[in-house]
Amino acid sequence: MKRFLILLAFVATPLYAVQPDEILSDPALEARAREISQGLRCPVCQNENIDDSNAPISRELRILLRERLVEGDSDQEVVDFIVARYGEYVLLEPVKSGANLILWWAAPLMLVLAGGIGFVTVRNRATAKPEDDLSEDEQKRLREILDA
Amino acid sequence: MIAELGHFSLILAFGIALVQMIVPMIGAHKGWRNWMAVGDPAAVSQLLLVGVAFAALTYSFVVSDFSLRLVVLNSHSAKPMLYKISGVWGNHEGSMLLWLLILTLFGACAVFFGGNLPATLKARVLAVQSTVSVAFYLFILLTSNPFIRLEVPPFDGQDLNPLLQDPGLAFHPPFLYLGYVGLSMAFSFAVAALIEGRVDAAWARWVRPWTLAAWVFLTIGIALGSWWAYYELGWGGFWFWDPVENASFMPWLLAAALLHSAIVVEKREALKSWTILLAILAFGFSLLGTFIVRSGVITSVHAFANDPERGVFILAILFVFVGGALTLYALRAGAMEAKGVFSLVSRESALVVNNILLAVSAFVVFIGTIWPLVAEMTMGRALSVGAPFFNAAFTPFMVVLALVLPLGAVLAWKRGSMGRALREMTPIAILSVALGALGFALQTGKSALGPVGVMLGLWVVLGALYDLWARSGRQGIAARLARMTRMPRADWGKATAHIGLGVTIFAIAGLTAWEQEDIRTAQVGVPFTVGAYDITLDGVERVQGPNYISTMATMTVRSEGDVVAVLTPEKRVYPVASMPTTEASIRNGFLSDIYLVIGDPQSDGGYAVRTYIKPFANWIWGGCILMALGGFISLTDRRLRVAAGAAKSKARAVPAE
Repeated sequence: MKRFLILLAFVATPLYAVQPDEILSDPALEARAREISQGLRCPVCQNENIDDSNAPISRELRILLRERLVEGDSDQEVVDFIVARYGEYVLLEPVKSGANLILWWAAPLMLVLAGGIGFVTVRNRATAKPEDDLSEDEQKRLREILDA
Repeated sequence: MIAELGHFSLILAFGIALVQMIVPMIGAHKGWRNWMAVGDPAAVSQLLLVGVAFAALTYSFVVSDFSLRLVVLNSHSAKPMLYKISGVWGNHEGSMLLWLLILTLFGACAVFFGGNLPATLKARVLAVQSTVSVAFYLFILLTSNPFIRLEVPPFDGQDLNPLLQDPGLAFHPPFLYLGYVGLSMAFSFAVAALIEGRVDAAWARWVRPWTLAAWVFLTIGIALGSWWAYYELGWGGFWFWDPVENASFMPWLLAAALLHSAIVVEKREALKSWTILLAILAFGFSLLGTFIVRSGVITSVHAFANDPERGVFILAILFVFVGGALTLYALRAGAMEAKGVFSLVSRESALVVNNILLAVSAFVVFIGTIWPLVAEMTMGRALSVGAPFFNAAFTPFMVVLALVLPLGAVLAWKRGSMGRALREMTPIAILSVALGALGFALQTGKSALGPVGVMLGLWVVLGALYDLWARSGRQGIAARLARMTRMPRADWGKATAHIGLGVTIFAIAGLTAWEQEDIRTAQVGVPFTVGAYDITLDGVERVQGPNYISTMATMTVRSEGDVVAVLTPEKRVYPVASMPTTEASIRNGFLSDIYLVIGDPQSDGGYAVRTYIKPFANWIWGGCILMALGGFISLTDRRLRVAAGAAKSKARAVPAE
């Protein structure tokens, strides 16, 4: 037990997610802050937004964006402010411009393509002549059975 | 000594796999029965030998043999027995051995249940399956050997990642791997059929149970992982669009598509080449998933193995198998001619729509997952693709799927009438919309998400129930119920799985829309109110666990003065792994969960406390269980067994003539 406690002293206790002391008194501003922080990625974590993250830098970012909001920045200005400092890596929703348009348009284009191919396939099946189910050998055998 | 036995039997199994890869394939080509027959004993002995290797590794973990490097890195003598055993696959080397064990298990199952297969097809399937095994034997023996000894064994181990010391996660990987690797059977059947040059209704009937089984296991595996994230990560999220989650979700979507397209091959002998392609892609995505998880190339919460050498090896496996199979496909797919005829409005066409939606939604997940990698390699841009993208790009497909599903499911085979389906379904549509509107009226925020989810979920659930009811005839209720019990199990399976999907859709929308959250500093003994509940922090104490130290709070939840639950959220520190975890305490309710998390002490003497009221949380996994159950019911359908018997008697009749 003693060994455990000594070890404990070296283990940093986590700060975690949104802390009570960070919350703004104005509920409307706080709601906007939560909305923004859920779209920003913690720069040092693995795929966590700063709203959920336990990392100290996420806490700093949460406090920073609330400060900007209190000073009257719009949501977009706050996001731009943080992206200017930490890069587009922190944006969980990639910007809809430049090469990213490939990402955003890939699904709709694929859907149109797949829909087209699917339609042609189905129409071919609808207009195809039904094949004889039995091969010649089988029909011969069938006649034999029927004649017998 | 035991570990060496395991090591040797793994090498021996590799030798047998080489034989099984080559001899039955040549035998099938030349028509030599004795060469083809080699596949059966080889597949069974592979299973036995890999079983011995796996048992040897498990034994080393159970007795804490710290002369094995892997045991030192992932175990500790003070760890509970359950996690000593789950530690076997809670690491890279062990999990790859589990992969291989399941791969050989499926190979042996093809022998056990494949008595009705034509000899050449079975020989080819076993040979292809063994080719996959050979690649993974090489991978394990050359880059990820679990049996490496240490020259100087340490006194104790370094413990397993505490996040993984959890019952939900102990069984998550085995189920997931049963699903991933189960798709290897669909792959082997597809490649064997391409080599054979023949795909017919019988082929679809043989391949469907394997796909169904793989899909059931994937469903359970994904649900377990999501349930674990819900209670373990400390804020009650259940899906994060993390690359590793996506890695398991893509094969799930494609397996679901494959299940449905194989029905069309079976009924109408159409969509053959598409079904073959799906089978190749579904297993390809399983390999891709293994690559993503094992290489750590796309870093994420789960990446507990980062090693470029291994990544390159798996990438090579991926390219050889998917590339090889697709080349074969390009050469041979033209030979697959469609036979059956069906009209534009028919169940077959509805299944084509199902396939388009599922395949394109899998593509959305795929491009979102690899886009950061592509952007970094081609443009040098570090960017992220997270939940907001997937929510926006993926959800519409599921909405359309849910809208189309009940209509498609009641359309007649071959030639259906959309007018009739719409007429029949109108009352259900009206009921669903009405209840959705009721949800809108009752809720406070007036967002559309919850009501739309209620509407879609009900539409799918009621549609499935109506389908059962409509097919039970026109007599009185007793006669109808009697007839329902005599319906094929496949029909019940279909209805159950579709109801499960409806329930999950409803639950996800309901939880997302109507969740309540409260973050505050709670003083000991001072109650606070969240939603309909009064919550009191009674006290906080230190508790010593087997291999951790816990800060445990005791909190009482009351509703109108009556005690609803006493919950004990914890914060744990695992000293050996020097890692803290949060253990939320959850009161599971039928309609909603109460979810409490304790945080750090605050300067004014209180504690940070997070409270969530999570409506319909359990319904998400309830729906998943129903989906898996539906698949399982379908698996037990008579048709699969009767067909097996019929094929067998025919095969026997041939030489007698």
